[in-house]
Amino acid sequence: MAAVADTKAVESPQRTARPGRAKSFPVWRWVILLVAAVYFLIPLWSALRFAGIKALGSVVSQAGFTDALWLSVRLAIVTTVITIALMLPTAVYVHLRLPKVRRLLEGITILPIVIPPVVLSVGVLQVAPGFLKSTPYVLALMYVILAMPFAYRAIDAGLRALDLKTVVEASNSLGAGWITTLFRVVLPNLTTALLSATVLTVALVLGEFTMASLFLYQTFPVWIVVFDQTSGQISVAASLLALFVTWLFLMAITVIGTRRGRRTGRGQVTLFTVARQETRGSE
Amino acid sequence: MDQTVAASGAPGSLADPGASGSGPAREPGRAARLTVPGALRWLRRVAGIVPFGVYVTLGLVIPMIAVAIGAFQKPNGGFTMDNIKTATHGVYLHGFEQSIVLAVITAILPGIFGLLIAYAIFTAKRGNVLRQISITASGVFANFGGVPLAFLFIATIGSSGLVTQWLTDLGFNPYDHGFNLYDLGGVAIVYMYFQIPLMVLVILPALEGLRPAWREAAENLGARTWQYWRHVGGPVLLPSFLGCVLLLFGSALAAYATAEALTSGAIPLTSIQIGSFLNGNVIPGQENVGKALGLGLVVIIAVAMVFYVLLQRRAAKWLQ
Amino acid sequence: MTTNTAPDAATGGETRRTAQTQGTSLVLRNLSRAFGATRALDGLSIDIASGELVALLGPSGCGKTTALRIVAGFESADTGSVLVDGKDISRVPAAKRDMGMVFQSYSLFPNMNALDNVGFGLRMRKLGSAQRRKRAGELLDMVGLAPQAKQFPHQLSGGQQQRVALARALAIEPRVLLLDEPLSALDAKVRLQLREQIRTLQQRLGTTTMFVTHDQEEALSMADRVGVMRRGNLEQIAAPDELYDHPATAFVAEFVGIMNRIPAELAGSGMVTCVSCTVPVRGDSVSDLGGDGAVDVLVRPEGLTMEVAQNGNGIVTTRTFLGSVTRVGVLLSGDVTVQIDKPSAETAALAPGTSVSVTLPMDPVLVAPRS
Repeated sequence: MAAVADTKAVESPQRTARPGRAKSFPVWRWVILLVAAVYFLIPLWSALRFAGIKALGSVVSQAGFTDALWLSVRLAIVTTVITIALMLPTAVYVHLRLPKVRRLLEGITILPIVIPPVVLSVGVLQVAPGFLKSTPYVLALMYVILAMPFAYRAIDAGLRALDLKTVVEASNSLGAGWITTLFRVVLPNLTTALLSATVLTVALVLGEFTMASLFLYQTFPVWIVVFDQTSGQISVAASLLALFVTWLFLMAITVIGTRRGRRTGRGQVTLFTVARQETRGSE
Repeated sequence: MDQTVAASGAPGSLADPGASGSGPAREPGRAARLTVPGALRWLRRVAGIVPFGVYVTLGLVIPMIAVAIGAFQKPNGGFTMDNIKTATHGVYLHGFEQSIVLAVITAILPGIFGLLIAYAIFTAKRGNVLRQISITASGVFANFGGVPLAFLFIATIGSSGLVTQWLTDLGFNPYDHGFNLYDLGGVAIVYMYFQIPLMVLVILPALEGLRPAWREAAENLGARTWQYWRHVGGPVLLPSFLGCVLLLFGSALAAYATAEALTSGAIPLTSIQIGSFLNGNVIPGQENVGKALGLGLVVIIAVAMVFYVLLQRRAAKWLQ
Repeated sequence: MTTNTAPDAATGGETRRTAQTQGTSLVLRNLSRAFGATRALDGLSIDIASGELVALLGPSGCGKTTALRIVAGFESADTGSVLVDGKDISRVPAAKRDMGMVFQSYSLFPNMNALDNVGFGLRMRKLGSAQRRKRAGELLDMVGLAPQAKQFPHQLSGGQQQRVALARALAIEPRVLLLDEPLSALDAKVRLQLREQIRTLQQRLGTTTMFVTHDQEEALSMADRVGVMRRGNLEQIAAPDELYDHPATAFVAEFVGIMNRIPAELAGSGMVTCVSCTVPVRGDSVSDLGGDGAVDVLVRPEGLTMEVAQNGNGIVTTRTFLGSVTRVGVLLSGDVTVQIDKPSAETAALAPGTSVSVTLPMDPVLVAPRS
């Protein structure tokens, strides 16, 4: 397998201008990026102008802002904890003991993408017992389902890159018990993947509107919409703030993750990692 | 591990008697032998994924079954096809049509743009900073949901948005010419804002799978750039591209928040219509039509996803 | 040392070079290339005659791959030029250079079967599809893969893929064939088979070939001449036996084959004293010998003599059976270990711990500055 890894390294040394073309400047590349930048940045900028800096500041002091934000944050934390606590052991277990189930698991984790949160809300609202519906944490439980596909893919990719079976067997052969292996060998090597999973889950929860509004809870995204309809400026300002904060948060986690990754040689945090299997046949 | 137990403890009381903890009892045919040791061994083997299985069952499967069954039920019990009939006619049929048209547009166009953007960013030999920023940005925009986006666009091209005002000052008010942020076209433009980043994210692995050796080999054999794309690059990327477009299609169909935040439910889109059933705007006798709509939506998306999975399988074979 | 094996099984559809293509000469003139602070190539110059197979051999980072990619047109040199048949092609784009290249691995187009892969270059040259298929079929036959014509790359083994890649490169009847470590990613046994096949084909077709590798055995067994590279330039370029017997530098001596290094003292008038033997210094010895007379003698395992002797100057430490020859490790005084090759039949008495006497025969030896 080492040969395969080396292959990729040797294959592509830096490529610069090709002969026959004087220092080719990739014009089209810049055009596309420029157009994209314009499309994505203009709304941000107009929102800023529309709302005004003052509005940005006053968002924080609006009625319900703190409560709504705090609720979203609490939900994010709970959801992340449950998601990882559920998906990590499952993924590890499947990798180690039930490799045939992996395909099935991948299929199952696609389901939440197939089932619109709207429809899921309909179902849950019907079958959930009253006491559950009366606490906002029912949202956290549902968000776990929504976050499942992304969290699983991130963890799965991390496990594949780790070659879990070999590492665990090595650890066991050196005398380590299961708990030790899990905490000292597996987890430290999964920090990048877990970080990815966390980032995705948090982003999802902080932005989830559909279920929250249908369940009649005022999470942050809901608050932005239903808050004072008369002042569009505040809503726009709040939206900007939410976007900005999430971006900061994601960037911070990504940078930290990358820095740790560089130290351990594990590479960058990618928000949508999909590992590819490289198999090589030989005569 | 303790938290897993706790998590499956809470939903354990959700509805359906017999759902909690009786895994093997529900599928006796699965055990290789019906002997006690055989069943026990099988139990031990699947024990690890039981928590997950239970959670998914309670949180996903059961609600969906409720919807599926409810679609065929009369408000006072008994079964009927009326809900389905209502759901596939009149304003609801219109809703489906609109939803599908919107989904197709906001799958194909962002599909193409997303591919171009991804290619522009990720095949640059240098520019790791750009790459990192793009990945994070894509992650943020793709996952963030429609609410803040809706408001951003209201501020931009809403009836009193900034860009609208500029254009009016320049003598061209788009709203006088039939453009409206709050109708389907406007919603489509807003959808692009999260569909394009989503495409960038999902097409990335396929792009990374394009080996430089192919490009160089083609060149070495005399192919120009367009020829490489026509004979090698394009065909190799096609299954992944189509698959990702299907993913975008599903994502657009399922979207609710953006349209709701923009229009407060005024547009005839299936997801919005389903939502209105939960808000209590229900004609008596049609309480379960919402479920029929939900079932229909799920069926459409499921079909798209099946093709997505098939295409990804095929792509994986080539991109090995 | 070039391999001249009997033609392999796939002899159907032999292709002879047409009268017009008499083989091409390839000249690298003074190529230099820097990547940032690293000088990948430092004034490299090589003359490859028509029909010759020259191997570029060296450790990773020596610039051999860069040189090959410059010839192919995927990189450009900072200075210097590449001449094909005397014409400077430095400004010609890669697609128009008419060279066939075999990459290290995974270069087959995954969406085409073997036949279409091989025919790709012909397709780019606007050959009709019937003609294309025929020619591609002939080439697949030449590499022994006719039955696999309809298979896709992911269905082929590594060795089969490289054979298809070779057929693909040869299909366009290139003026020059370039091979970038084509065997590195393959299993040992497959590597050997492919080595012979490549060499046989190349000789039959008479294609001028440049071959890059880090495996000295590969280079020595396949090439007409081998160029040993180090840090961007050639240390020596010569026929394999010349390289082995008359290395120009200590680096070449130690890179090609196994070389013992024994501390010695210059004894004046062209002689050197080593293991208590005074022998002549070889005329082509490494230059820049230290002024103080302290040097190393470089000698091959088969160049030392050894006999069992009481109170000899060495003790046997290891014995490694290599087939017809056994390599014996001997510890000499001064903490120097040497490897000595002896026919296996004669090594029975040389168990570890045996005291032996190691001497140098009276032949001229290579001498290098003390390291």
